[in-house]
Formats: sequence, structure tokens, C-alpha cells
Amino acid sequence: MFTELSNNSNWLPYTFAFLIGLSMLLYAILDGYDLGVGMLSQFVEDNERERMIASIGPFWDANETWLVLGVGLLLVAFPAAHGIVLTSLYLPVAFMIIALIFRGVSFDFRKKAPPKDRATWNRAFSWSSLLISLTQGYMLGRFITGFQQGVYSELFAIFFGFLVVAGYLLMGSCWLILKTENELQKKAVSWAKKALWSMVIGAILSSLTAVFVDTRIYDRMFSFPELTLLIAMPLASMALTLIMHFILGVLPLEGDRLSWMPFAISVFIFILGFTGLVYSFYPYIVPGHLKITDGASAGESLAVILIGTAIVFPFLIGYTFLAYRIFNGKAQDLTYN
Amino acid sequence: MDEFALSRIQFAVNITFHILFPTITIALGWLLLFFKIRFHTTRESKWMELYFFFTKIFALTFSLGVVSGVTMSFQFGTNWPGYMNTVGNIAGPLLAYEVLTAFFLEATFLGIMLYGFKKVPAWLHTLATSLVAIGTTLSAFWILVLNSWMHTPAGHIMIDGVAHVDNWMEVILNPSMPYRLLHTLASSGLTVAFLTAGLLAYRYLNNDRRLAVTSGLRVTILAAVILAPLQAFLGDLHGVNTREHQPQKLAAMEALWESENGAPMVLFALPDEEAKENKFEIAIPKLASLIATRDLNGHIRGLEEFEGNHPPVAPVFWSFRIMVGVGFLMIAVSFAAGYLVVLKRTYPKLTLKILVAMTFSGWVATIAGWYVTEIGRQPWLVQGILLSKDAVAELPPSHVGLTLFVYCATYATLLIAYIGALYYLSKKEISTQFQLA
Ligand code: HDD
Ligand code: HEM
Ligand code: HEM
Repeated sequence: MFTELSNNSNWLPYTFAFLIGLSMLLYAILDGYDLGVGMLSQFVEDNERERMIASIGPFWDANETWLVLGVGLLLVAFPAAHGIVLTSLYLPVAFMIIALIFRGVSFDFRKKAPPKDRATWNRAFSWSSLLISLTQGYMLGRFITGFQQGVYSELFAIFFGFLVVAGYLLMGSCWLILKTENELQKKAVSWAKKALWSMVIGAILSSLTAVFVDTRIYDRMFSFPELTLLIAMPLASMALTLIMHFILGVLPLEGDRLSWMPFAISVFIFILGFTGLVYSFYPYIVPGHLKITDGASAGESLAVILIGTAIVFPFLIGYTFLAYRIFNGKAQDLTYN
Repeated sequence: MDEFALSRIQFAVNITFHILFPTITIALGWLLLFFKIRFHTTRESKWMELYFFFTKIFALTFSLGVVSGVTMSFQFGTNWPGYMNTVGNIAGPLLAYEVLTAFFLEATFLGIMLYGFKKVPAWLHTLATSLVAIGTTLSAFWILVLNSWMHTPAGHIMIDGVAHVDNWMEVILNPSMPYRLLHTLASSGLTVAFLTAGLLAYRYLNNDRRLAVTSGLRVTILAAVILAPLQAFLGDLHGVNTREHQPQKLAAMEALWESENGAPMVLFALPDEEAKENKFEIAIPKLASLIATRDLNGHIRGLEEFEGNHPPVAPVFWSFRIMVGVGFLMIAVSFAAGYLVVLKRTYPKLTLKILVAMTFSGWVATIAGWYVTEIGRQPWLVQGILLSKDAVAELPPSHVGLTLFVYCATYATLLIAYIGALYYLSKKEISTQFQLA
């Protein structure tokens, strides 16, 4: 059966490329907001921090699993690509991992360590959130340029890191607008405004440097029908940015109306940005190095993985909805009850 | 040092740190389920007290297991790209199934288990608890299938130097898998039995005499009484299997330089790789043959037959002795404590102090066991198929050295914090008034 499934060889690699992309997008959105909340948690007093962290408590662990899945699928379906990406990014990956370690455990230690150490773990929590966001943005920037050497590529990656940090901060603040009330909610609105404009600055800076980066690897980027799409995306994001700016100006409203709007819009901006990116380096799995059809695992093995994935994926997505329903509403203080 | 040596040390450091936590969560999940079910059948609040106390420890341990596991999944790409390029068709699906079936189950239902007690119906909460236990065990299953396959590969064919699957059943049921799986699961059970008994004994010694503590002690000690001898039995079967499939590893475990009929069991020696002999050897004649072949004069192949193709002898030899030593200590302690605490229902200070001292003994044996297994496989990464040195990434040694240093510092910090938190939680529990909300 596996052989039949895999005979028609090309659809499997594309399916996996799609699933990897989907996992990464879900990761960026889901962990994006909780990383944002993590970074913001250093700007408030203890009781507000508890609320903020309570708002991500039941979710963050599952959120991070999308990264494990995305990287895992890359590993098993495109081992060669996984090798190139991770050896080229050896140091930033290691720093991200260390930060992920500290973040993951500080979440528990800040509650369970002796009281004198708690402030330290709180600090570890927000600084590691920052380091994760920064390294992820930087690595994405390096990845987009096909790991080119040179000042402009480095600068581009750094600006991209800034952009991602601002983006996560935006989602984090919008999440807080949705999940909190009163003073904290007002603070979240003002954070969101700042984050929104930092994001715009990040986008401008990285686009400007991108002009100087060698783009020959994108053989298709500037041909006609694609061009319209590539222009449409930033235009749409700009429109969304303006709407967002307007809404943030009037929130919070009577009866908590529209408090879900900013989060929804920020998610849309992320989806647009992500699709634009993927589109710009399609059909490469590693820009300038490997195409999707090069270096995928054997068809039989991919088919076996796909069966498992097909069983589990819908279940996961279903569960994600369930979890958000169980824990919907404003965040309560977090206890193991 | 070159990047190969550094990458190996780094891998060993990472996996050693990782295994500390899964080895606890695998069995602790089942223990929590046991407490939960006892509560539902008896309605005695002591079981819920135990449940909540160990749930906190479970959550902390789990998060350390997850973050160190994430490190592991990046390792293959960052340091060992040759591994997936050669055996990816087999390792890939197994790793994928591990992530898919098990991890997601845990990562999702864990939230309900930890935070949902008041938010969801009781049956759903119990269901979540059981799914978390099943999930951790399933992830252990898949990773151990893969690990066993690396020791005793089966069910594959090699095409142009790349392994392809020929028969999945043979891959999964490869010769060493059942032994390794059972032995590892039992080691998880033992590690947890001694960890929980140790922490409860600590509470008892600090004058916490509640029913939860005494009943908890009896349950966990009873578990140790059952598991400790079982583990010796399973380990013995595992050794017989090793003799058949990896004779060079068995020779290193026994520091047996020449092939022999009626080989002695070496109790103590300093194996000398240069001279190919043991210094200061103390040995019991014929015992090794008896154990490994079930025959006093059975034939055991010595290291001389595997010139240049066998693992370093001393680390394997010593790790094996540490593991077995701890194993027998566990049998002795659990039997004594079983008699005094479970049968006679007394709580002698000395016994409890010994239990406190043995809190982390499971870790020592588990790590020693993995060193036997993993160092014993060298120079192969996948026995007979891929040499470790052919899988390593070409990286600047300074980069690997830097990351190795940072990992070590991180792990040292976390280990101290983890153990500190366990004792802090136990202390706090001593002064907590428990009520079922
Ligand atoms: C609490 C932990 C623990 C305890 C008390 C023991 N072991 Fe063990 N041992 C392990 C934990 C472990 C392990 C971590 O689970 C290993 C490493 C890999 C594996 O398959 O199991 C292991 C490996 C391992 C191996 C290597 C198998 C191979 O070649 O791959 C042998 C021969 C034994 N064990 C035998 C024993 C014996 C005879 C014991 C008797 C007291 C014993 N172990 C106690
Ligand atoms: C090279 C080997 C290994 C790799 C690549 C690996 C990978 C991982 C990853 C990625 C996670 C986190 C998953 C999540 O996000 O939930 C994890 C956790 C876990 N691993 Fe491993 N692992 C390895 C070895 C082992 C071994 C040897 C065992 C047990 C025998 C094991 C058992 C577990 C369990 C039970 C978890 C769940 C988390 C926990 O209980 O702490 N792993 N591992
Ligand atoms: C969890 C307990 C484990 C421990 C404590 C452990 C320990 C070690 C040690 C000490 C080494 C270095 C051996 C040497 O260089 O002499 C090693 C190597 C290695 N082991 Fe394990 N191991 C464990 C489980 C696993 C599992 C489950 C896998 C596979 C999925 C695995 C795959 C490897 C690989 C890829 C290497 C690197 C290459 C090599 O030197 O062989 N190990 N391990």
C-alpha cells in the first residue's frame, strides 16, 4: 500500500512542505502572542504580572509544540534541508534553544522555587522571551537571504529580528487587551500602539536594506503576475495597520466591545506577511540552496509519516479549539486547583 | 579537541540531562492516575493530597523534560546531519510518530490535567490524567524502538548507502527492543518509587505525620519491593540478549580480553586498554558464563575477537558495575523498608533517613545504564551501518566548544534549581492545611 501511495512521487514532498509551513505559521501566531506577553511582563508590578502570565498559562506549552512539530517534520521529511539550515545557523539556534530552556522552566520555577529566587525567575522569563523572539527573527532573516555573507545581509537579518520582536509584542499586547480588564487593559492598549509603530519602522528598515541584498536567487520575484500579488500584500497590511491604529485609539469601549478586534487584526497581519514570504521563495525549501523536490526522504517513509500526521493533525486542531473554549473569558489568577 | 570529540561530549551531556526528567514523568504519570482512582473509589482525601503534591512535581519535571527534549530534536540537524542522511528513512517516521502520537497528547491534555480540575467534569479530568500517562509512555516506546534499532538494526535494506525500510514490523520488533523497553520502563518505575518515597520520608522526618504521608510511603515502598527484583530479572534477560547481538559490548561490560569457556565474573578490576588485561582483578570463576549463557562452561567471546571494533572498555565496565550495584542496593533497601513500613507499619528513623539518602538513586542507575548501552555501541552510531565519526557535522570547533560550555552552565544551574524546588515544595507542603475545594 505504501508503495502505491508513494509511486506518484512529487505530491508527497509538496504536502509536507505545506504542513511544515502551516505548523510554522501556527507557531508564529500562537507562540508569538505568548512570547509578546512574556517580554511585556517585565514592565508591570507583581499582581499584574500574575494576571498576564495567567492569561497564557494553559496555552503556552501546547503553543511551543508547533515549533517542535515544524522542525520535526522538516527533520524527517527533508533531512538535507534540516542539516543545511541548522548547521548554517549553529550559534543562533543554540542561543534560541538555551533561551527556550530558560523560558520553559522559569514558567514553573517562578511559582515553585523558594520565594527569594522568584524575582530572578521572573526576570529570566521575560529576558528569555526577548532572546527567543530576537534570534527567531534574525534566523528568519538569514534564511530568507539564503545565508548569504556580507554586511547588508547581516543588517537585513538584524532589522528582521527587530521586526519580529515588534510583531510579537503587538500580538502579545492585543492578546492582553482581549484577556484582561481595567488598568492592565489600558496599559495593553498603549503597548499595542507603540508596538504597531515599531513594527512599521522595522518593516521599512528591512525593506530598505533588502534592496542591497543580492536577490538573484529569487529567479521569479519580479515577473509580472506575481508582482501584483507582492504589491497587494503590503498594501493590505498597510490598510490593516491603519484600521488597527484607529481601533486602538478608541479602546477600551463600554462593555468591553471590540476588545477581540486588535488580536484578530494582528493575526491577519501575520498571516499576510507569512504568505508573502513563503510565496517569495517558493519553490525553494531553503532559498538559493534546495528546492522542495530535492532531498526529500524516500516516498515510502513519507507515506508512513503522512498517515500518522493525517490522523493527528485534525485532532490537534480540534483540541486547540477545545482548550481555548474551556479557558475562554478574562484571565483568572493561575492556580493548580 | 576536534568538533567530533566536542559534538560527542555535547550529545552525551544533552541526552544525559534530558533522560533525567522523562524517566520521572513516565512512571509518575501512572502513579498520579493511581492516586486519582484511589480517591474516586475510597473518597479519602489523603489520595487527593498526594495527587496534588506530586502533580506540582510532575509539572515541574515535565517542563524540564520538554525543554531538554526540544534541544535533542535540534541536535540531529546541528551536529549529526549524517545520521538522518543515512538512516532518515527509518529514524524519520519513528521520531515523527513519537512527536505526533505522544507529545501532542501530553502537551494538550496536560493543560486540562494541571489547570482544569475545577473547570471540567471529574471524568474528563481523570481521562486527561490517563492520557498524559499513556502519552509519556508512548513517547518512550517510539524513541526506544528507534534507539534499539540503532543497536540491533533489522527490517531494512541498504540502497546506495542509504537505509530503506523493507518491513516495518521487523524494524519495530527488532531483537533488542522488548528487553530495552521493559528494562527502561521498570527503571522509570524504580526511579519514581525511590524519588517519591524519599520526599515523603523527608516530610515524615520533619514531623508531617498526616495520613497522606504514611499511606504514600507504604504505596511507594511497595512499588519498589515489586520493581527492584523485577528489574534485576529483566536486566539479566537484557544481558543475554546483548551477548547474542552485540558480543563486543558484553565483552567490554565484563572486561573479558580473551574468548573463554567458563568465563569468570569480574567484580573489581582496572581494565588496561594498552596492555589488554585487567589490573587488580577480583573475580568469581565461571559466573559470567553461567549468567550470560546459562551454562557454567558456556562460551563468551572476548575483546580479542573485535580488535579495533569494540568500545572503550573501562567506562562500559564501570558504568555497568554502578548500575548493578545500585540495583542490588535498591533490592536490599526496599525489602528492609517493605518489612518495617509496609508489613509492620512502623516508621523507624534510620530507615526513613536511608530512603531520603536514596531519593535520587534511580537517576544514578539510569544514567549508568545508558552509558553502558550507548558507549558500548561505539565506534558505531548505528551498529554495522554508520560510524559515529561519519555522521558528524563539520563545524568550527570553537563554536561547538562555546555551545557545550553554555549548555553545561545552563544544566548545572537548572539541576540545582530543580532539586532545590523539590525540597522547597516538600517543606511548604508540611505547613499546608489541605482542603478539597
Ligand atoms: C533504575 C534504573 C536501573 C536499575 C536499577 C538497573 N538498570 Fe540496567 N539499565 C537501565 C536502568 C537500570 C536503563 C537506563 O534502563 C538501561 C539503559 C538502556 C537500557 O536499555 O536500559 C540499562 C541498561 C542495562 C544493560 C545494557 C543493555 C544493552 O546492552 O543495551 C544491561 C545488561 C542491564 N541494564 C542490566 C541490569 C541488571 C543486571 C540490573 C540488576 C540489578 C540492572 N540493569 C539494574
Ligand atoms: C535522541 C533522543 C531523543 C530525542 C530527539 C527526544 C526528543 C524529545 C522532544 C522533542 C521532547 C519534547 C516534546 C514536547 O514538546 O512535548 C521530548 C520529551 C520527552 N522525551 Fe525525549 N527525546 C529523546 C530521548 C528520550 C528517551 C531515551 C526517552 C525515554 C526513554 C524519552 C522520553 C521522553 C518523554 C516521556 C518526553 C515527554 C516530556 C517529559 O516527560 O518530560 N526521550 N523528547
Ligand atoms: C537517554 C539516555 C541516553 C544516554 C544517557 C545516552 C548517552 C550517550 C553517550 C554517553 C553517548 C556518547 C558515547 C561515546 O561517544 O562514547 C551517546 C551517543 C549517542 N547516542 Fe545516546 N544516550 C541515550 C539515549 C539515546 C537515544 C534514545 C538515542 C536515539 C534516538 C541516542 C542516540 C545517540 C546518538 C545519535 C549519539 C551520538 C553519536 C555517538 O557518539 O554515538 N542515544 N549517547
